[in-house]
Amino acid sequence: MRRPGLLASTWVLFQKDLLLEWRSRARVNALVFFSLATLLLFSFALGPDTALLRRNAGGYLWLALLLASVLALGESFRVERENSTLEGLRLVPVNARAIFLAKAVANAVLLAGLGVLLVPVLVALLDVRIVLPWGQLLGLIGLGCLAIAAPGTLYGAIASHARARDVLLPLLLFPILIPALVAAAKGTALVFEGDPMGQFPSWVALLTSFDLIYWGLGVLLFPRVVEE
Amino acid sequence: MSKSVRIGFVLFAVALLVSGAWIGLAWAPPDREMGHVQRIMYMHVPAAWMALLAATLNFGTCVSYLWKASWKKDAFAEATAEVGLCFGTIAILLGAIWGRPTWGVYWAWDPRLTTMAILLVAYAGYLALRRFVDDPDRRAVWSAVVGIIVAVDVPVVYFSVKWWKSLHQVQSTPKTVDPQMVIALRWNAFAFLAVLIVFLVARYRIALAARMRETTVPDASPGAREVVAS
Amino acid sequence: MELAPALQLHEVSKRYGARWALVRVSLRVRRGAALLLTGHNGSGKTTLLRVLATAVRPSSGRVEILGLDAALEPEQVRAQVGLLSHANYVYEDLSGLENLLVLARLLGESASRASEALERLGLSLKDDRPVRTYSAGMRRRLALARLFLKQPPVALLDEPFVELDPTGVSELEARIRELRAAGTTLILATHHIEQGLQLCTDRLHLEQGRSIAA
Repeated sequence: MRRPGLLASTWVLFQKDLLLEWRSRARVNALVFFSLATLLLFSFALGPDTALLRRNAGGYLWLALLLASVLALGESFRVERENSTLEGLRLVPVNARAIFLAKAVANAVLLAGLGVLLVPVLVALLDVRIVLPWGQLLGLIGLGCLAIAAPGTLYGAIASHARARDVLLPLLLFPILIPALVAAAKGTALVFEGDPMGQFPSWVALLTSFDLIYWGLGVLLFPRVVEE
Repeated sequence: MSKSVRIGFVLFAVALLVSGAWIGLAWAPPDREMGHVQRIMYMHVPAAWMALLAATLNFGTCVSYLWKASWKKDAFAEATAEVGLCFGTIAILLGAIWGRPTWGVYWAWDPRLTTMAILLVAYAGYLALRRFVDDPDRRAVWSAVVGIIVAVDVPVVYFSVKWWKSLHQVQSTPKTVDPQMVIALRWNAFAFLAVLIVFLVARYRIALAARMRETTVPDASPGAREVVAS
Repeated sequence: MELAPALQLHEVSKRYGARWALVRVSLRVRRGAALLLTGHNGSGKTTLLRVLATAVRPSSGRVEILGLDAALEPEQVRAQVGLLSHANYVYEDLSGLENLLVLARLLGESASRASEALERLGLSLKDDRPVRTYSAGMRRRLALARLFLKQPPVALLDEPFVELDPTGVSELEARIRELRAAGTTLILATHHIEQGLQLCTDRLHLEQGRSIAA
């Protein structure tokens, strides 16, 4: 049998990453409850004016996802550090780009799942309505989580080998993600409140450009990050 | 660059700065609307320009480093990030001082201001990364990667904040029209450029010395004999 | 025309920060040979093996495996080399078989080859416990199974005898003989010099990163 190419290797590694996430599902559960706790924190810190909370619900969703992503990304690479499995993959040999694509997509899937789970919570807790079509919300969550996952995976690889990695990852990641955060939060707010001026597509466009740029950079730069 | 040249340039920079201060504070006319408060612009604007120049130099150096590694490039990248961060902080602080009497607030979500603030935090992260990685080779590669990502993000941030702000009212920054003001601004810009060069060179030399110290070769006595295993 | 030697190092040095782990080491190993690599902890044995495996790039010098230049064609070199290192490159949360299946798919091998390798090393196919629960001996066997699955022409073993009980040691010796019988070129780094001398044809001793032929 021939050695797999880039996409085939990516698929194998993606399945491996999902399997690992499934095996540590207790941790994934904890992540879900962490996000719920975050939403509660926001509600208490900024409530109890329900009208105000409802207006800012989009922002809360993405803040909660951003905070959860730091934990998820950190764990994603802690697993690889345990037995130097990242090096083991490189020595098979596996194309480093396949490692990046697989891990970034797996992280995006995990975060998107979390995002979808949090929507009904927001509906219940903050009394939001879904005014725009469901599909648009799901698409936005997908694009936003892709935006977090690409630089997150790149920085996760770097931070996992440095000291103070718990604080380094968010410090590196958060400033970069601000444009994506703005676009995702604003887009979500429009989904919850209606879009009379037709601004939704511009936010999607911004988010999509961000995704294209950062996935491109990730694929380009990840091999340099993991080589020794 | 010999020591006398360096000292000479430092004196030149100081001279430019002092004369620029006089030009800005005394020679240039006060603004018609804002009065003397506007004079902060002669320091605020050049500081911001120098911060952006340093960021651009950092980006170029990072790309160059990934193309072909060298300790000089790594040292220069470290220098531009740190000195740029200082100039950027000065720019924001001066902007806040100007903003209070003018807009009534220390801060506004102006696209340029916000982009600068985000940029500063991003470079603080860059410097934190350098501090937390002990191996010089990996530190150099990883900071180059982070430097590139930060630089690419700057225009993205700028446009997204502009879009974000366009939903609300935008504060317009006043434009200097008076030719004397233009001269004052240009003079101070050159003064700041000279100061930037002084600090970049100094910081570069410190960083390069640190790199050399980290990577000194031990007294190489080659005790190797080729072994042929049969 | 004579075939290129299995391994060739020319004046290879490796620096970690300010410390030189290898200083101008030169080495030539013929195909099918077995080299015993000895030296105190910190003498550079692990670094040497890692350089040969292309896990790290040398600071200077040239590395050639089976005629391929490691700096120019690292991926091709990696396909020819198997490294058994301190880190065993397995995922703790997956079972032994699952780990081997991932490797098999990445190598383009069939799932049956993975099961074969597992059974050959005496691990049970029915055991779906995660590697986290394995003993040191089982982990070593799983790491060897990875090596047998890949079947590289060059095998680098970094202190494989540590943490093994006497049974494990004799099993490992048998496996190493199997590898040699299959024509694999071998470098064995170990403190167990007696075992090493029995299994290998030549010896290289490292002291502070410098090679000293014994």
